[in-house]
Amino acid sequence: MKAIETHDLFKRFENVEAVKGINLEIEEGELFGLLGPNGAGKTTTISMLCTIVRPTSGSASIYGHDVKKEPGTVRGLIGIVFQDPSLDDNLTGRENLDFHGRLYKVPRSEIAGRIKDVLELVELSDKADVIVKKYSGGMKRRLEIARGLLHHPKVLFLDEPTLGLDPQTRRHIWEYIERLNKEKQITMILTTHYMDEADQLCDRIAIVDHGKIVAMDTPDNLKHDVGGDVVIMTVPNGGEQLKVKLEQLEFVKSTQLVDGALRLSVDKGETAIPIFMDVARQEGIAVPSISLHEPTLEDIFIKYTGREIRTQEAADGFANMHARGRR
Amino acid sequence: MPNGRMEFMGDVYSIWLREMIRYVRARSRVVTSLITPLLWLIIFGSGFSSSLSFGGPGGSTNYINFLAPGILGMTVLFTSIFSGMSVMFDKEFGFMKEILVAPVSRTSIVLGKALGGTTQASIQALMILALSTFIGVRISGTLGLGAALVLILVTIFFIGMGFVGLGISIASRLENIEGFQVVSNLLVLPIFFLSGAFFPVTSLPSWMKFLVNINPLAYGVDALRYAVTGLHTYALTLDLAVVFGFFVLMTVIGSILFRNVR
Repeated sequence: MKAIETHDLFKRFENVEAVKGINLEIEEGELFGLLGPNGAGKTTTISMLCTIVRPTSGSASIYGHDVKKEPGTVRGLIGIVFQDPSLDDNLTGRENLDFHGRLYKVPRSEIAGRIKDVLELVELSDKADVIVKKYSGGMKRRLEIARGLLHHPKVLFLDEPTLGLDPQTRRHIWEYIERLNKEKQITMILTTHYMDEADQLCDRIAIVDHGKIVAMDTPDNLKHDVGGDVVIMTVPNGGEQLKVKLEQLEFVKSTQLVDGALRLSVDKGETAIPIFMDVARQEGIAVPSISLHEPTLEDIFIKYTGREIRTQEAADGFANMHARGRR
Repeated sequence: MPNGRMEFMGDVYSIWLREMIRYVRARSRVVTSLITPLLWLIIFGSGFSSSLSFGGPGGSTNYINFLAPGILGMTVLFTSIFSGMSVMFDKEFGFMKEILVAPVSRTSIVLGKALGGTTQASIQALMILALSTFIGVRISGTLGLGAALVLILVTIFFIGMGFVGLGISIASRLENIEGFQVVSNLLVLPIFFLSGAFFPVTSLPSWMKFLVNINPLAYGVDALRYAVTGLHTYALTLDLAVVFGFFVLMTVIGSILFRNVR
């Protein structure tokens, strides 16, 4: 049986189609990533799988239990780490966990031991009896992860688990996530708009854009898709013209012009760069900088969506502000 | 007990327990919330006591004894409506999500919160009652002390549950804390003023009499006043029937509206 299965999962909020037909099959023990810009439909997808949001159409099941027909059973099988904080700041860490244990019917005889275990796992044992208000952002996040594991869920959902955390804490949290996945064989679904996070953690990734999955594979296969190397040339003027010229070279596999930067995927970047510079010089087009790197998920995202993940966010943010202003 | 009901009671208890931990932890707020009703009682009570006394079916009493049950009712009203606001806080600070995705029924959440708020309201009211004995309030009705205390507790329980239910209903419909404050203030003061807490409601102008008659708190205050002074406006059975009906109605409405909380 699959840990998670969805069929044409679809969600409409009033006039907005947030999720437009998502099909997933996730195996037990897999660490699966949903990658995409804010507003792509990742959180809505997760919310439907967690029974928080009811799908408009289509179906989803967790270990064969339908989220629409058996929400109670599904809730007992899953753990969730929400995108926004969801702790009671006026309780201690231990009290937050104890409350969670009660709601999820963890046997009272086991609760003390389990709380001890999860606190050790996220290295918060010495802060257990401190009021959560006094925790740092990273500590709160770790406590939420501990809480998500307390009732031994078969599937753990992590919605942007490292959003807003400093780089060191992020790396720490990645370690916990990886360890849990390996040691406890918990199936995990993670949403993120950080490329490095998805790359580092996930066994498989689905790239989500405008409510649809545009690509789904292992990070390595996805990168392999893009090809050997990526060359990025900054071209303030005449980018289009240069693009047309370079496309004619046979070793250039694909080209894209995004925000004044020309991206080319080639087999061997080192030998391609001198040729590119020659062409640019012949055309009289200035190239102030040029760089070479191995393909990252960022390149894959750009390949499938035609945009950088960050510009997209800025645009969304502006659109939101605009929409709010008009209301 | 069947397993399902055991679980349900366990969930109610868990929700109640959290409310109580938060209450105990907010000790300074508990103390300050005693000050307002005590000020009413001391200043109004002592101020009018010297020149007013009240009679009616069941005997007569001085104003401070007359006012004390009204202040008890006020304490319950304020404490319980605002504890309905905990739903609002939980929504605002994200904790509601943790509760809503748990394998717990919505009804048990509403009942747990209502019982938590009512427990707090009862503790507040009993503290006021105890403190008021220092300024001369006496339980001097026809009931014995024990029966009077039972009647006070039962009445406080029903009006407490009713008004927490009202608070939860409002909080379930509103999106932000400011909105809750506006709506509840709009409700709380008229309910309080028209409850007969300050003055006898027997000889009021008819429009006012009508508003008092449809105010559930008026029946609660009447029952409390009967327990403390022996005076009453309505029959005790009517008082208890109304506050009980109010409790059932608001719990049902609260549970229904709470189902739409996200």
